[in-house]
Amino acid sequence: MTLLEFKDLHVTYTGSRGRIPAVRGVDLKVESGRTLGIAGESGCGKSTLAMAVLRLLPKSAEVTGEILLNGEDLLTMGWGRLRAVRWTGASIVFQGAMHSLNAVHRIGRQVAEPILLHEEGISPNEAAERAEALLERVGLPSSRARSYPHELSGGQRQRVMIAMALACDPDLIIADEATTALDVMVQAQVLQLISGLVTERGVGLVMISHDLSVLSEVCDEVAVMYAGSVVEQGPAHEVFANARHPYSAALGAAFPVIGDPASRKRPGGLAGDPPDPVRLPDGCAFRPRCAVAVERCGEEVPALLAVPGAAGEGPARVSACFVAQEGEPVVV
Amino acid sequence: MSSEARSSNEEPSSGSAPSSAAPVRGEKSLTARDLRVEFGLPGGRVARAVDGVDLDVAPGEIVALAGESGCGKTTLARTLLGLERSTGGTVAFGGEPLRYSTKALKAYRRQVQLVLQDPSGALNPRHTVYDAVAEGLRIHGITDDEPGRVADALSRAGLRPPEQFFLAYPHELSGGQRQRVVIAGALVLRPSILIADEPVASLDASVRGEILALLLRLKEEQGLGALVITHDLGLAWSIADRIAIMYLGRIVEQGPVEQVLTAPRHPYTRALVSVLPGAPALKEAVPEPIVLAGELPDASRIPGGCRFRPRCQEVAAGRAAEVLHRCESEDLEILGPESAPHLVACHLDRARREDARDGGARMAV
Repeated sequence: MTLLEFKDLHVTYTGSRGRIPAVRGVDLKVESGRTLGIAGESGCGKSTLAMAVLRLLPKSAEVTGEILLNGEDLLTMGWGRLRAVRWTGASIVFQGAMHSLNAVHRIGRQVAEPILLHEEGISPNEAAERAEALLERVGLPSSRARSYPHELSGGQRQRVMIAMALACDPDLIIADEATTALDVMVQAQVLQLISGLVTERGVGLVMISHDLSVLSEVCDEVAVMYAGSVVEQGPAHEVFANARHPYSAALGAAFPVIGDPASRKRPGGLAGDPPDPVRLPDGCAFRPRCAVAVERCGEEVPALLAVPGAAGEGPARVSACFVAQEGEPVVV
Repeated sequence: MSSEARSSNEEPSSGSAPSSAAPVRGEKSLTARDLRVEFGLPGGRVARAVDGVDLDVAPGEIVALAGESGCGKTTLARTLLGLERSTGGTVAFGGEPLRYSTKALKAYRRQVQLVLQDPSGALNPRHTVYDAVAEGLRIHGITDDEPGRVADALSRAGLRPPEQFFLAYPHELSGGQRQRVVIAGALVLRPSILIADEPVASLDASVRGEILALLLRLKEEQGLGALVITHDLGLAWSIADRIAIMYLGRIVEQGPVEQVLTAPRHPYTRALVSVLPGAPALKEAVPEPIVLAGELPDASRIPGGCRFRPRCQEVAAGRAAEVLHRCESEDLEILGPESAPHLVACHLDRARREDARDGGARMAV
C-alpha cells in the first residue's frame, strides 16, 4: 500500500483580500523507504502541503481532496485517531529549531514528551531512557538530555528536532527546510543521518527545500511546485540536471555547480516574483517570468503531462509546460 | 583601478610610504594585517574570534570569505568596518591605518560600506525608497543634488527608471528589489569597497542570481571592490575572484577561486568541497564525501598546534603520521595576503609539496 498519497489536494486560505489559493490540485505519492523532494520558492505552497498532512493548518484554511496515510484519509479522520497518527504515523521536522523547541524545558524532557503521550503504560523513567537513546541515534551524547535549547548549537538543535520526530517510530517523516539554516558540514551530517533512517528503517521521507541541488542528492524523486501546483516531477537527479520545465531550470541554475566552467561567474536566476495568488495570470502561472513562452501559454493552463526527454530516462517524467510537451528545449 | 569612485574621496591621503611592511595594492585597497579580535568571557577565558588574519580587498575584485558559523568571519567583517575594535594587528585603507575617532570613522565609511543581510530587516518599513537611500547622504552632510545622487545610486543598483521607485515603500517591492534598495543605500556614497555579509542568504532561490549578477556587474563595470562573507561556496563560484577559507579565527587556505574550489589542498577545504551537493566536476579532486564529525570548537579553546588537527581526516586516518609531531605542536604561520598564489596552512600539504619538489631541499617557511 502506498504510504502517503495526495489526491487532488486544494488548500485555500481566506484573508482580508479574499480567497487565497495556496495549493491548487496536487497529486503525489510516497512509498515506504523512498524519498520525495518538494522544491519551490517561498509562497509556492510547499509548506502548506506539509502542514496539511497533519492537519496543522489554521481553521480558516479550506482543504479539499484527499490525503491518504496508509490508505486512511487524514482529512476526514476523527480527532482521537488524528492525535494517534501525529507522531506515530507521521511527524514533521520544521525549519527553525530554535523556535520549535521550548526554551525553558530540558532537551530530554521535550524528546520524551511525545513518547509519554503516545505510549500507554510507559513510565517516565523508561521514556527518559528512550529519549537518551534517541539523542545518541542522531549523534548527540546522551548527557545532552539535561541541556536547555540555548546551550546547543544550531546543528545540535536540528538533531534534537529529528530525534523528536523519531520518538514514536513514525512511518513517515516530513522535513520542511530542515537543513536550510545549517552550515555545509552540519547540513551534510544531518542529511547523512536522514538518509540513513530511510534506508535502515524503511521510513518514507518527504523533504521540502528550495535548494534543488540538495534534493537531487538525497531524494529518489522530486516534484517542483510553482504557485500552488506541481509543474514538474521526475527522478531527482534528472530534474536537476535536465529540467523539463523552465521554472525548474531556473531554480536549478540558482545554485551553481562548482567546478563547472559554464556556471563560473555567471550567476543564474530569474527576474521578478512569483505571482500574487489572489490574481493569478491567465494561462500558465509562470508565463510572466518565462523566457520560452508561446502564445498558447497565455490562453490555456498546461496540465501535468508526460514529456519526451533524453533517451534512457525513467518513465515518470511529467511537466506542465506546453513547450516541453512539444519536446522543445525549455532553456534559452 | 580606482575608476569613478573618485568623486566622494575627500582625503586622497596615502601617497606616503605604506605603513608597516605590508604591501599596498592600491590607494583604495582595504588591508588587514595580523588582525586579532579577542573577547573576554566570564570566568576569565578569552575567545580569540579572529586570531591573526591577513587580507586584502582591492577595487575591482570580489573576495569571498567563507567558513562555518562561529569561525569568526562576521567578527572579521565588523572589525574591517570599524564596528569592532581589533585587539591586535591593523586595518588600513589606502595604507592609512584605521583610526577610531567619530570623524575618522565617518570618513572611512564613505569608502567602505556595509551591505546588510536581510533586506526586510535593513529597511525601515515606514521610509520610502528615497529616504532609505538618501539616509547615508544626510548622515554625511552631503546636500548638493540629493535627488540626483539617489537616482544615480538606484539606477546603478539596477532599479530603473529610478524616479519610479522614489516614493515606493519596502512592502511594495519584491524581495530582489528590496535588496537592490539596500545595495543602492550603500552605493550612494560612492564607496570603493563593499562588505556584504551573506548578501543573498535570506533571498529566494530565483532572486539570488539576480543580486549576485548585480554585484558582479558593479565590479566589472564600475570597478567596485567587495568582500563577500558567506558560508555558501556556490556563491563564491558564482561571483568571486579570490576566496579565503576561514577556520577558527584563521584563514587556512586562500587563492584564486578556480584553484581553491576545484583543487582544494587543505583538509578542511577538501571536506567542505566534498560534501557540496550535485558537483560531479569535483569528484576527481575529492572522490568520496568527507563528513567531518563534530562541530567547530569554541573560540576560547583553540587547540594548540594546528587548530584543525582534532577534526582532521588525514590525522584520523593516520595519513599524517610523518608530520604529526608538527601538527600537534607547531601552529602554522599566518597566510600572506598575496593575491596570486594558492596558499595553504597545513603541515601535511607542505611536506607533500616539498617531497614532490625534491626530497632534499627543505625550505624554511
